[in-house]
Amino acid sequence: MTVLLLLLILAAIAAAGFVLGRRRALARAGGNPKLLHSLPAYYGWHAALMSLLPAVLLMILWVIAQPIIVQRAVTDTLPAAMTADPTALELTMADVRRLAAGLDAAVAGGQMTENEASMLRTEFTDVRDKLARVGVALGSAVTHDVLSAAQEYREITAQFALWRMIVVIAVAVLGLIYALAVTKPDLWARNRVERVMLGLLMLASTIAILTTVGIIWSLFSESVNFFRQYPFTEFFFGLTWSPNFRGGSQLGFLPLLWGTLYITLISMVVAVPLGLFAAIYLAEYASKRVRAWVKPLIEVIAGIPTVVFGLFALITVGPFLRDYFAQPLGLGNSGSSVMTAGIVIGILNIPFISSLSDDIINSVPQSLRDGSFGIGATKSETVKQVILPAALPGIMGAVLMAASRAIGETMIVTMGAGAAAKLSLNPFEAMTTMTVKIVGQLTGDTDFAAPETLVAFALGITLFVITLGLNVFALWIVRTYREQYE
Amino acid sequence: MNDMRITERTVQTNQAKITARDVQVYYGDTHAIKDVSVDILDKAVTAFIGPSGCGKSTFLRCLNRMNDTIPICRVEGKILLDGEDIRDVRVDPVQLRAKVGMVFQKPNPFPKSIYDNVAYGPRIHGLVRNKAELDEVVESSLKKAALWNEVKDRLAAPGTGLSGGQQQRLCIARAVATSPEVLLMDEPCSALDPIATAQVEELIDELRANFSVVIVTHSMQQAARVSQKTAFFHLGNLVEYGDTTTIFTNPVDPRTESYISGRIG
Repeated sequence: MTVLLLLLILAAIAAAGFVLGRRRALARAGGNPKLLHSLPAYYGWHAALMSLLPAVLLMILWVIAQPIIVQRAVTDTLPAAMTADPTALELTMADVRRLAAGLDAAVAGGQMTENEASMLRTEFTDVRDKLARVGVALGSAVTHDVLSAAQEYREITAQFALWRMIVVIAVAVLGLIYALAVTKPDLWARNRVERVMLGLLMLASTIAILTTVGIIWSLFSESVNFFRQYPFTEFFFGLTWSPNFRGGSQLGFLPLLWGTLYITLISMVVAVPLGLFAAIYLAEYASKRVRAWVKPLIEVIAGIPTVVFGLFALITVGPFLRDYFAQPLGLGNSGSSVMTAGIVIGILNIPFISSLSDDIINSVPQSLRDGSFGIGATKSETVKQVILPAALPGIMGAVLMAASRAIGETMIVTMGAGAAAKLSLNPFEAMTTMTVKIVGQLTGDTDFAAPETLVAFALGITLFVITLGLNVFALWIVRTYREQYE
Repeated sequence: MNDMRITERTVQTNQAKITARDVQVYYGDTHAIKDVSVDILDKAVTAFIGPSGCGKSTFLRCLNRMNDTIPICRVEGKILLDGEDIRDVRVDPVQLRAKVGMVFQKPNPFPKSIYDNVAYGPRIHGLVRNKAELDEVVESSLKKAALWNEVKDRLAAPGTGLSGGQQQRLCIARAVATSPEVLLMDEPCSALDPIATAQVEELIDELRANFSVVIVTHSMQQAARVSQKTAFFHLGNLVEYGDTTTIFTNPVDPRTESYISGRIG
């Protein structure tokens, strides 16, 4: 709350900085903007940024550092026995924080005055009972030490919050004063502002990259934990998947890999021809009016949530395939099957392939079409022998990206193909994929130290490597075989 | 002007290959070509000259119905190839274009090998029965396009890897390989340097032995160098048509005279 208030104050200072900076620049130039190095607004932005940036940076650092410092200070007040080993300390501090939050809630709710909260004594009051009435549940009875630590905690936090506000606002004002002091007609305000903008842009891309790195790191470290407990070879070469939380699990990943690849294969068999033919029709044959209608209609598919596709697989496609194909052919009587999930994922991927391929085909230069028509080729000959070969690298890229989507699809598989890990060639049998098992192993009450749970991370990183490999391969194909049109 | 000519400009035949009568072309509401009537001779080079936007390219594209590929374009009038109306419903534009080949302003080799670029036409039209015949056609076409010596050792290399002038000659070879009767060239040298231009011009003059060639050009020197007949277009009208020598030395219409002397256009 106070952080939010502080941010509002900073915004107000920055806004004032903008107005003052702009006005001061104009005043220094005698009201003639032509004498200024930059446009007047840049001086405004300069002042606003100079007051805002250092203050915000300081505030962020403070918000990060404060809990650490407060914790250290509070730890010192606790008896040494409670802080001896790190686990006990962590538990105690959790109690302290929860109690402090409880007191905060009680004060905010009006059940206690600030004074009462800080004078509370376990000797005279049943704190647990009192807080329970305010809606704050505490795990165990509150000891004297914890209560006083919590009170200490609240006090220090309050002090820090006050200081934070004073220091941050002071920095903002100092920044503003500095900016106004240096505002002169020959100050290169535009260059300074643009440098800050550049920094923002770089920050944005850095955050995206760092997130990826963080994801890989968390997957990797948990996978390492898993492989400490479960043999590497049995995971990668095991033919049985039967996790059992009571121990003795067999966590062979091959059945899951097979299910993943089988479903992906079927989905690509559905999506590639349909998507590609749709793209060729739209790009080469359809009139403008047809195109204006058909293209958005196809793209509607892309907007349908996958869970809705899952419903479609579960109640329409699955039973249909079972009743009209699987049972008559004697291939089983399962409503969920690889075929169901594959077909539905394939349909999901049609707009993806058709839309990308359509763009790629459209980017083949008209001159190639003219050249082909000019020596008497028909439209279909032109498409087959000139347009498609020219567009092929791009289309391959689209297909491989669609394949990574199919590999990563979870919802449709759960609802369409079931959750039984199996190694089978029969497309009408229920099978499952890596993504489904990742979800399966992590939902419910789980023990994050057991290999049955940690296997999800090993599956995750394997999946990541597979899709990353596919994407790199797609990019490589696109780069290598791309035709440079002039 | 005469010393710029490559060969003695003699029109060897007076037989008309293409006869156009009262041709009108509309792009939507714009009347782009007005009442053009012209006889294009066999085994001769005819040049279309005129300022930008005068309709010379548009008219050229009528001759093999390339304008059909532009939805808003509408053509009226009669265009006869060997006495047959090319705009008759019974004429397949695809077969027409096999007879009336086209080379474009910008070299547009297909993203295929040099060999496959030239073999494209013969293959789709079924002109050859086996690989040996196809090899022969490819070789003779590349020779006709004066490219054979430069590429004979790397026929499998991509056509897009050639230089601009080579690419344009490759496109000419590609057009020649279908053995057309007429070759339409839409500013074939505008993207080329002077040396490549000279090579292509020489080639055009040689092609005259076998084909009727129609060339659109912005360069009056080029028209004078390579053509026997010249047509001057202005604002969609065919202003003057006649022997190249006459057009350049003794034009009848004052507009032609202003254009070739550089006062308009």
